[in-house]
Amino acid sequence: MTNLTVSDVTLTFGGLNALTNVNLSIEPGLITSIIGPNGAGKTSILNCISGFYHPTSGTIEYGKRNLTHASPHQVSSMGIARAFQNLELFRGLSVLDNLLLARHQKLRYSLLDAIVYFGKASRIEAENRAYVEKVIDFMELELYRKSMVGNLSYGVQKRVEVARALTLDPQLLLLDEPMAGMNIEEKEDIVRFILDLKKEWDITVVLVEHDLGVVMDISDQIYVLDFGEVIGSGTPEEVASDPKVIEAYIGEE
Amino acid sequence: MEERSRLLEYSIPQLLRWRVGKTGSKVALRQKDFGCWNSYTWEQYYDYVRKTGLGLLQSGFSKGDKIAIISDNIPETLYMAIGAQAVGGLSVAIYQTSLPEEIEGILNYLNISIIFCNDQEQVDKVAEIREKIPQVKKVIYEDSRGMRNYQQDDWFMFIQDLYKKGDESHRENPDLFDSLVDQGKPDDVCHLCLTSGTTGLPKGAMLTHRNYINMGLQLTEVDPLEDTDEYVSFLPFAWIGEQMNSFGVAMATGIAVNFPESVETSMADLKEIGPHFMFGAPRIYETIRSQIWLKIDESYWLNRVVYTFFMKVGEEAAGYRMSGRKMPGKLRFLAWLGKQMMFRPLVNQIGFLRLRRAYTGGAALGPELFTFYQAIGVNLKQIYGQTEIVGIAYMHRDGDVRPDTVGKPLPGTGCKISEEGEILSRSASVTPGYYKLPEKTAELLEGGWLHSGDAGYIDENGHLVVIDRISDVMHTRNGDMFSPMFLENRLKFSPYIKEAVIFGDKQDFVTALVNVDPIVVGKWAEDRGISFSTYMELSGHAEVAQLILGAVATINENAEQPHFRIHRFALLYKLLDMDDGELTKTGKIRRKFVREKYANLYDALYDPEVREKKVEAFYQYQDGQTSTVNTTIHFYTMEER
Repeated sequence: MTNLTVSDVTLTFGGLNALTNVNLSIEPGLITSIIGPNGAGKTSILNCISGFYHPTSGTIEYGKRNLTHASPHQVSSMGIARAFQNLELFRGLSVLDNLLLARHQKLRYSLLDAIVYFGKASRIEAENRAYVEKVIDFMELELYRKSMVGNLSYGVQKRVEVARALTLDPQLLLLDEPMAGMNIEEKEDIVRFILDLKKEWDITVVLVEHDLGVVMDISDQIYVLDFGEVIGSGTPEEVASDPKVIEAYIGEE
Repeated sequence: MEERSRLLEYSIPQLLRWRVGKTGSKVALRQKDFGCWNSYTWEQYYDYVRKTGLGLLQSGFSKGDKIAIISDNIPETLYMAIGAQAVGGLSVAIYQTSLPEEIEGILNYLNISIIFCNDQEQVDKVAEIREKIPQVKKVIYEDSRGMRNYQQDDWFMFIQDLYKKGDESHRENPDLFDSLVDQGKPDDVCHLCLTSGTTGLPKGAMLTHRNYINMGLQLTEVDPLEDTDEYVSFLPFAWIGEQMNSFGVAMATGIAVNFPESVETSMADLKEIGPHFMFGAPRIYETIRSQIWLKIDESYWLNRVVYTFFMKVGEEAAGYRMSGRKMPGKLRFLAWLGKQMMFRPLVNQIGFLRLRRAYTGGAALGPELFTFYQAIGVNLKQIYGQTEIVGIAYMHRDGDVRPDTVGKPLPGTGCKISEEGEILSRSASVTPGYYKLPEKTAELLEGGWLHSGDAGYIDENGHLVVIDRISDVMHTRNGDMFSPMFLENRLKFSPYIKEAVIFGDKQDFVTALVNVDPIVVGKWAEDRGISFSTYMELSGHAEVAQLILGAVATINENAEQPHFRIHRFALLYKLLDMDDGELTKTGKIRRKFVREKYANLYDALYDPEVREKKVEAFYQYQDGQTSTVNTTIHFYTMEER
């Protein structure tokens, strides 16, 4: 089990400080949530972790490996996967194809193997499909296996997005607002999936979410960001009673 | 033929063992899991039943005990049921949609000692009522997902552990299971089937091995099946229609039973299997027809023209085919052309290409639907019966399908109409009675006949016509009799109407609460640029009301009797739903409940002065949160001609 440590990370765009000296410690096997008002830098921090942005200063370490300047594909091959807030799926492909495609970097056979197909390539493809089917079963997507992603409802597309991240067999999963725009029933489902991921798949979850009710219910650890700075952290109870957090969310009296 | 009648001397587990000897290596069950169809032969089927039966014995189950099954359709439901029966126990199936309090009532009434649940959803419900069901020794679950909190507690048991116990027991004493199976008698009660009461606790009809096997034999005597035929199990196992097939028909004929991947995917899985026969409630056939209509409507013009033309031809040909008359040459040619050009590909799209016969039961089906399905080449037939006779007493014969009747009695079934007009029957499939309810049993089987509680008559062709429940028939203030269900079905024949509730008992005229069909009317509104975001908004549009007014006017024009005309109606702001208690588990309307729940609308329907009324719509979500929305309901009065 590996710790993800974000130390003194600052991210600037020209004169704008998106993140200022952010320190996070993501402990393995827990659900860690990052909350904060709009523009607080929640997605920026996920972008830094997953290699889309590189911090202006500071370091990000995953166990003994330094992620600070790693590219997205290097990050994902270390076992960190991400589900995006704005869906990053191939709308013209089926759910199954999207998921199979997401696992392309796990496929270990050569062009020659692929041409011959029988033997190694077909065996690996079968294993690949079996893994994807496990994810489909877990995310309850059987009904949509062969539907084109673009034709599915938003709530289901979000589930496919999470499933896409899961096909990479991650140890650490970054979820960027997985419940945005969902109704209560769909949210309940996603919460169940997240809890099962933690407890049955032993995946460490980093959750960025606006629904405070959900965050308070399921998180083990919460970080509160405001204007690019961490203004509070701790267990849900600690955070809920922190005057700084209350001020950032509700404003001064 | 002689062989067939010999089957009546077996119990269900004995018949299963006989099948193993006959066609042991043939596929008996198939289940889709992780995207693949996995097959189980009759030998494997019997092995699993043995593991389960012996495992149950090891877990404190004994002869005469009862196991309750609360599960989606998976092979394990059959292993559990037949496994319990093999060791002298009884099985009971409970609807998966039942609420914890209902489950509690059933478990205590039937004195259940072991429960089988397929997943966490069902286990959670049982865990909730644990204190109130002290007689339950074990809860067995099939899917271990989400069960981590229960694993430490030995009240819960994983099915694989049960199998392990069963295997160990079999190793120690290899003859035990077969000797237990030998002890079964065909007239032993093997299953308690719950009859979905519209009010109060359901009654448990005791059914014997012979009841089921006889049904399988009699049904296939009329419509023979081959042992290479396929059947898809997607009806709830707690419904007699499903047990009739998986206990009765499958055992009697050796067909393969296919289990879908999940409840949601059953129609897609049905398409992959292409069954040879199927059973369904009318709702399923209505849904499929609506989908066909919608797709044709969205198709390009040539398809629509071809469809409209051949549909007319098909309907005309269906008229001849259903009555067994000979078609004129030209029509026969056109019908053949339509079949090759359009209907075969169309039917293939819904997975019905191999289907020899489709049966509908449980409620009445519109004549238009019969004609529709017969026209596209699906041999849809009505059955009529009840739980207490294992599903079927009457059914249509091929070439003699009359949309307004339910056909002729099954072979070996005696039938008559009582003086009060009640339908009575008698056969080897009639239940010996209700569990622990001697008075109800005496009423049910009075005079040696099974009392259906339905009013009906035999027409000039010897077909039975069912009017309605004797207790449901209503009378207007003038004493004119009418059947609300009959009128509701009339309304539902309109593609725009999803559900309707008819009122009018002891009133001057008939009125209706109507649910518009969200898909068909939604599409209709979209095509006309009428915007809406919720069902409530859609139902509230004046244009939608005009559409329904037109539909009701047509129905009123065709009414057989003047008092059948619908005088006033209103469009309800929400769909009637099982979860809200407005429909029974089989989708029938709980009339009294609906009337009480919407009492203010009912009063307004009978106050001709009221044109609109403001109401508060109340919603309760699954997590217990509630919300209220204000809306205005309009009432429409039909013009008298």
